[in-house]
Amino acid sequence: MAPTLTTDSEVGQTFVGTRTVRPDGADKVTGRARFGADFNLPGQLIGRVLRSPHPHARIISIDTSRAEALAGVKAVVTRDDFPDQSSEFVPAGEMMMNYKDVVRNVLAREKVLYEGHAVAAVAATSVAIAKRALKLIDVKYEVLPHVIDVVEAMRPDAPVLHDDLFTAGVEPKATTPSNIAKRIEIGHGDIEAGFAKADVIVEREFKTQPVHQGYIEPHAALASVSEDGSAEVWCTTQGHFIVRAHCARLLGMDIGQLRVTASEIGGGFGGKTVVYLEPLAVALSKKAKRPVKMVMSREEVFRASGPTSGATVRVKMGATKEGKIVAAFAELKYQAGAFQGSPVQPGVMCAYAPYDIENVKVIGYDVVSNRPKVAAYRAPGAPISEFAVESVVDEIAKKLEIDPVEFRLQNAAREGTKAAYGPKFGPIGLTDTLHAVEKTNHYTTPLDPWQGRGVASGFWFNIGGETCCSLTVNEDGTVSLMAGTPDIGGLRASLAMVAADEMGVPYEKVRPIIGDTGSVGFNFLTGGSRSTFSGTMAVVEAARQIKADLCRRAAKLWEVPVEQVQFENGSVKPIGEAAEKAKPMTVADMAKVAGKTGGPIGGYGRINAQGAGPSFGTHLVDLQVDPETGRVTILRYTVAQDAGKAVHPSYVEGQYQGGAAQGVGWALNEEYIYGPDGKMQNAGFLDYRMPVASDLPMIDAIVVEVPNPRHPYGVRGVGETPIVPPMAAIANAIENATGVRFTELPMSPPKVLKALKERGLNKPANGKGTNGGPAGH
Amino acid sequence: MARVVLVGNLTQLTDGVAEFDLPASSVRELFQLLGERHPALGPHLQEGVAVAIDGQIYQDTLLEPIEPDSEVFVIPQIAGG
Repeated sequence: MAPTLTTDSEVGQTFVGTRTVRPDGADKVTGRARFGADFNLPGQLIGRVLRSPHPHARIISIDTSRAEALAGVKAVVTRDDFPDQSSEFVPAGEMMMNYKDVVRNVLAREKVLYEGHAVAAVAATSVAIAKRALKLIDVKYEVLPHVIDVVEAMRPDAPVLHDDLFTAGVEPKATTPSNIAKRIEIGHGDIEAGFAKADVIVEREFKTQPVHQGYIEPHAALASVSEDGSAEVWCTTQGHFIVRAHCARLLGMDIGQLRVTASEIGGGFGGKTVVYLEPLAVALSKKAKRPVKMVMSREEVFRASGPTSGATVRVKMGATKEGKIVAAFAELKYQAGAFQGSPVQPGVMCAYAPYDIENVKVIGYDVVSNRPKVAAYRAPGAPISEFAVESVVDEIAKKLEIDPVEFRLQNAAREGTKAAYGPKFGPIGLTDTLHAVEKTNHYTTPLDPWQGRGVASGFWFNIGGETCCSLTVNEDGTVSLMAGTPDIGGLRASLAMVAADEMGVPYEKVRPIIGDTGSVGFNFLTGGSRSTFSGTMAVVEAARQIKADLCRRAAKLWEVPVEQVQFENGSVKPIGEAAEKAKPMTVADMAKVAGKTGGPIGGYGRINAQGAGPSFGTHLVDLQVDPETGRVTILRYTVAQDAGKAVHPSYVEGQYQGGAAQGVGWALNEEYIYGPDGKMQNAGFLDYRMPVASDLPMIDAIVVEVPNPRHPYGVRGVGETPIVPPMAAIANAIENATGVRFTELPMSPPKVLKALKERGLNKPANGKGTNGGPAGH
Repeated sequence: MARVVLVGNLTQLTDGVAEFDLPASSVRELFQLLGERHPALGPHLQEGVAVAIDGQIYQDTLLEPIEPDSEVFVIPQIAGG
């Protein structure tokens, strides 16, 4: 087994675990921080995209001549400006990505596959001219029938999106093109034997709608291509090295010719791990020989960037009357959007992850349909499958008259439990989170009629990955820290805290920045809850190099063996026989003589971080249902989640709260609404209703810490798990409040009201109601 | 020898065989041995898979050692958003 990176024994934790002031805070609250649309260059042009008005159509021809002739238009690009890509799958997060699909998503080639699909792009001297130019591009379409819903898309008679897509993972091999890209299956044990042992079996089908990550900052990119073929891009992204790789590949450039800078980011949540505008901006800039800036409108973000899947999920679970789950089956059908690659794989793997079940079988289908290609959204795939599973778990607990937390504890995965996807878990904190929730005042506070309480648990694997980080000791002893993973949730503060503790210098003396792709080695994107986990490991590595270097320099200065020099509490000091030979020197002291002792002082951590520990969480929610309007109001919300070690507790709590808030929106309001014409009808924040501050109470966050033994500080990633439990917790609470089990999301007011009316549960105007409404447990 | 289990669709490339006992001392050697036994499997091991060795998941690392009594699962690669 590879050695675990551990922190040096003399490192204390002065800053790690405290709530330091964030280094990006002042700029963000004053407006000085530069987000994607804040970059400008002299002479820049404005880029705009022509998008398909049809959800499915063959492109007969594209004539850009009139647009090119318009005064002020400096460049127009179409599919002809991007070389076609052969079919080649490469890793792209939780899904494999095919560059043949990527080039077609950036600009349509043979077909347009969703309303909003990019067809051409222009660069002009003003917004008005760019918009006029778009209208002058003549595209002839042959409109084709479309299909949106995943079950509809799986039908044998559904309109087929790709003539060369044959279902993988089936026997015999598929010979007819289909919208079903892949079938996958995992499991262990004997599912039929398991159900035969069950005293209680619950089987339900669930449906979720596509939802968007809802980042407040639209996609934006500025590109400048030089006459020598080199280029620079500034963009809002979760992975500027990935942007570099994609642009270089799509445009036939050497990677080293392209330098990408990640701006501050106004949310990504997985949706900014892919490219949309960046390759277009580079192509336009190359043609126009001027910088080109492109910013999506909110409507474009909805119509043309990847949300997560809508899905249909069937779950069947069986348990003994003593409360032991003996069999668990699930069938997941996920929309991938226009090209294959939904997160059904992780959805399949996560579905039963919180439980120790002897007999498990989970099947998944990856299905294309005429909507934007899905992109990752925070624990991709898991919230959907967990909504279904945790709802059924709750129903079984209720049938068996077992407390829902106790039922989960009885069946919880623990260290040594074999996961449904194969390996045994190491140390994990699920039971700790369940106990934490059980002990809260929240769990036992009485409820009134029409109020309900729900609980649900969730999980994400977390990852490490390639990470580079440099530490430089400046002449005055301050430390410059350069990371390469965009900071989407407090990374800079966390890295600076670890650097300060490792180096024994004050936190305020460490200045962290995120370097561009030319300044630091390759970093995988920020996603998979990896950045603090792997970034801090790289910092420890870099700090270790510096401390060893300082000891060597001091040994030479003092003319003692290096074994008689030790780094401790921010100083090198002689020890042993050399103890009296010299006085300790601080990092700042050594910095003053850096040049005289060998040159600048620095360290460079370059790792492929392994050993990420999974994070389990449990959510508890109280809500009130208004039987006259169907509105659900969240009254109280508690999140308990295992962070391993919270480097900066405020940021960890913020991740818990943010994930929960997004889950509330997903549960209660958010959905893409399509008309019969296959076009999105609510492409704006007015009608695509996300929670705002007034919709939510303060979300209480309990940080559980079961250290990850593979990290020097015990860190586990935390960013994704918090979005996994909310939808089930809320559905369980609504059932508790009304007696109605909702199996479709969102549980928005019209749908709740309709369900209550159908059951005669809605109240008259006086608010008391003929039925009274059930009280919470 | 290490006990190796393939998870998911990979077994379709091994005529349904999911479990192996292999004398692999590293992830690279594991992939080589699996590829020799089932040539159709080989290309699929280059990208898109992760390896869990005694419960710890490793991704994109060929040089990770495997002990003689290790339990190894070859699973789909994972990341996140």
